[in-house]
Amino acid sequence: MMAFVRSGFVITLFLTKAIWVFAQEPPLPIGLGEEQVSAQPVETPVQSRRLHGFWETRLGLRTRGNQAQSGDSSLVETRLQLKWEKSWDKLVLETRGDFYLDGVSESAEFDLRQFRLLFRPIESLDISVGRQVITWGAADQLFINDLFPKDWQSFLLGRDVGYLKAPTDAVRISWRNKLMNLDLVYAPQFTPDRYVTGERISFWDPLTQDFAGEDEELDFSVPSSWFANDEWALRLYRNFGSYELAFYGYSGYWKSNGGQRLFPRQVTFPRLNVYGASFRGPIGKGIGSLEIGYYDSVDDSSGSNPLVNNSEFRFLIGYEQELAKDFTGSFQYYLEHMVDYDNYRRTNFIGPNRDQDRHVVTSRLTKFWLNQDLETSLFAFYSPSDQDGYLRPKVSYRINDNWKVDVGANIFWGNDNHTTFGQLEENSNVYASWRYSF
Amino acid sequence: MSKVTTAWLIIITFGTIVMAQENSLTVEQIVRQANQVMYSQGENSRANAKMTITNRRGRTRLREFVVLRQDKDEQGDEQNFFVYFSSPSEVLGTALLTWKHGQRADDRWLYLPALDVVRRIAATNERSSFVGSNFFYEDITGRSIEADSHQLSETTDLYYIVNSRPKQTSSVEFDSYQTWIHRESLVPVKLEFSKSNKVYRTVETLAVAMLEGYQTVTQIRITDVKSGGYTVIEYLAVTYDLDLDDGIFSEQSLRNPPAIGKG
Repeated sequence: MMAFVRSGFVITLFLTKAIWVFAQEPPLPIGLGEEQVSAQPVETPVQSRRLHGFWETRLGLRTRGNQAQSGDSSLVETRLQLKWEKSWDKLVLETRGDFYLDGVSESAEFDLRQFRLLFRPIESLDISVGRQVITWGAADQLFINDLFPKDWQSFLLGRDVGYLKAPTDAVRISWRNKLMNLDLVYAPQFTPDRYVTGERISFWDPLTQDFAGEDEELDFSVPSSWFANDEWALRLYRNFGSYELAFYGYSGYWKSNGGQRLFPRQVTFPRLNVYGASFRGPIGKGIGSLEIGYYDSVDDSSGSNPLVNNSEFRFLIGYEQELAKDFTGSFQYYLEHMVDYDNYRRTNFIGPNRDQDRHVVTSRLTKFWLNQDLETSLFAFYSPSDQDGYLRPKVSYRINDNWKVDVGANIFWGNDNHTTFGQLEENSNVYASWRYSF
Repeated sequence: MSKVTTAWLIIITFGTIVMAQENSLTVEQIVRQANQVMYSQGENSRANAKMTITNRRGRTRLREFVVLRQDKDEQGDEQNFFVYFSSPSEVLGTALLTWKHGQRADDRWLYLPALDVVRRIAATNERSSFVGSNFFYEDITGRSIEADSHQLSETTDLYYIVNSRPKQTSSVEFDSYQTWIHRESLVPVKLEFSKSNKVYRTVETLAVAMLEGYQTVTQIRITDVKSGGYTVIEYLAVTYDLDLDDGIFSEQSLRNPPAIGKG
């Protein structure tokens, strides 16, 4: 009897184990076992449509009264961007353009963002001719050796961060080789930043000691003769294992207002040469970056001309790390060091003296939620020397593969009217946008 | 003994040794070969990937991209990957370059076309979500075999069942994982990741095809057991042993991808 019970127990145990194994063992996938599959899955893969783009509406409101601006709206616009590309054997034509209706300036605009021919005569050489956006350097939302045009208007008003870079008309030659890769850019006509003009964003005018706004018709004298007022930019770069080293050179003009002319009053863009280097690579658990540059203000080499920016050393050190799952943090320290400070102090008659060193620290925090459909981020600038700062909080939500909504703000503050961010205090704004991509 | 007989004896002896070895692969060999099937068939490869992300509420997202892979060594420990996104159109033109290293953190660069900027991505955590899917970066490029210690726990008619534990527990979110490796083909058919003795994440091979002489995994599903969300990746138009220029895995091709990388 005992034996029967025991054997029954053993059988039960065996069956349990068999069922357990059966239940646990995964079934064979299609193509393994009996039926071998040797054909490719039949389906047209990646979409081959050539016309893409988006339609976006964006609204922004000033959060403070601005004595130099009449309207409460900082942004009222609806924008259609179209992107079209065509390839031949060794040639690609890339075009991208924005049509938009601007409710603040009450106008219809067209902004050709890209129209370039990319030619690859041999594998290691790319030649790109036409209107294009170019970026290089190791810094994040600060620029030392990247002297390609920025669109500060768009950045400060809260347009998509993709608009921070403005296009430039240039020829770019990129040559990849084992020794040192080369990037050479020639722009036959100087393209300045899309700088703050007073229209829509007011700024502190040190000469009049007042805010310049929409009613101040400042005369910006941009050097614009073809071939005479041209720009050269050079980058030499290579990797040493995981580390990237680059050297830069630039010959052209201060990209935003770099000087004044008095009779008649004009904002000028004096000559500028820049030499620099950058280094980037893994440090500890994150990515470290270092960038330096010497801004040689050619028209004021002694620093004693108060109407032209002085020469500067610029320095940046940064670090970025993933702090937790889907959560990244970064930190940068940035320095602008005026070279001939004594001469500047001796000759300056335009407003209060600035410090010899302008220190800025930045921090970026980005967190993704809901399968990365929801993104919350904060970019903060703070200058301990100028006692001013700039906060860029943003929430971005992807409703589906086509629709995306953004809500964010640009908040400026400062103790003084004449500092970089302090002068922008009354331009603080909040914005919202919805975008349909296709 | 005639020469012929001697020759036969040698052949039989060697044949038996080879067969015996085949029947008793060490766990390292099994894991290595399974990894090869999954991540390093041929010298290089190209595929169109179609990724469908389904969240816990059943809502879906689609990502389409081209993957180019080049092995840098025999084992596939050192590999280069170039990924070019074509869909959704919001990310069209975005490209990801990965230099995978066996012994240290991978190098990763992300290119954003609107700004023409090449960002460096901190890659210490290879186990973070790949473009919002249930795949980790590591599931796309493969996890280093050396990162875990492996133990053959059972051999069934169909499968080798291997248990793996991380050597460094701090860098991963799991305690262990179990892999069912098809004995005949060495295709990893299922992985179950456990934390505190509970399976919370599964990786399943849904389809396999013999393409250009290589056993190729063409469809994988990764499920977040707790939420029920899952992601299916399909590899379409897979080709092997192409003539790939080294420049494809450089900054040059992030900015100006070759036609082969654009799909």
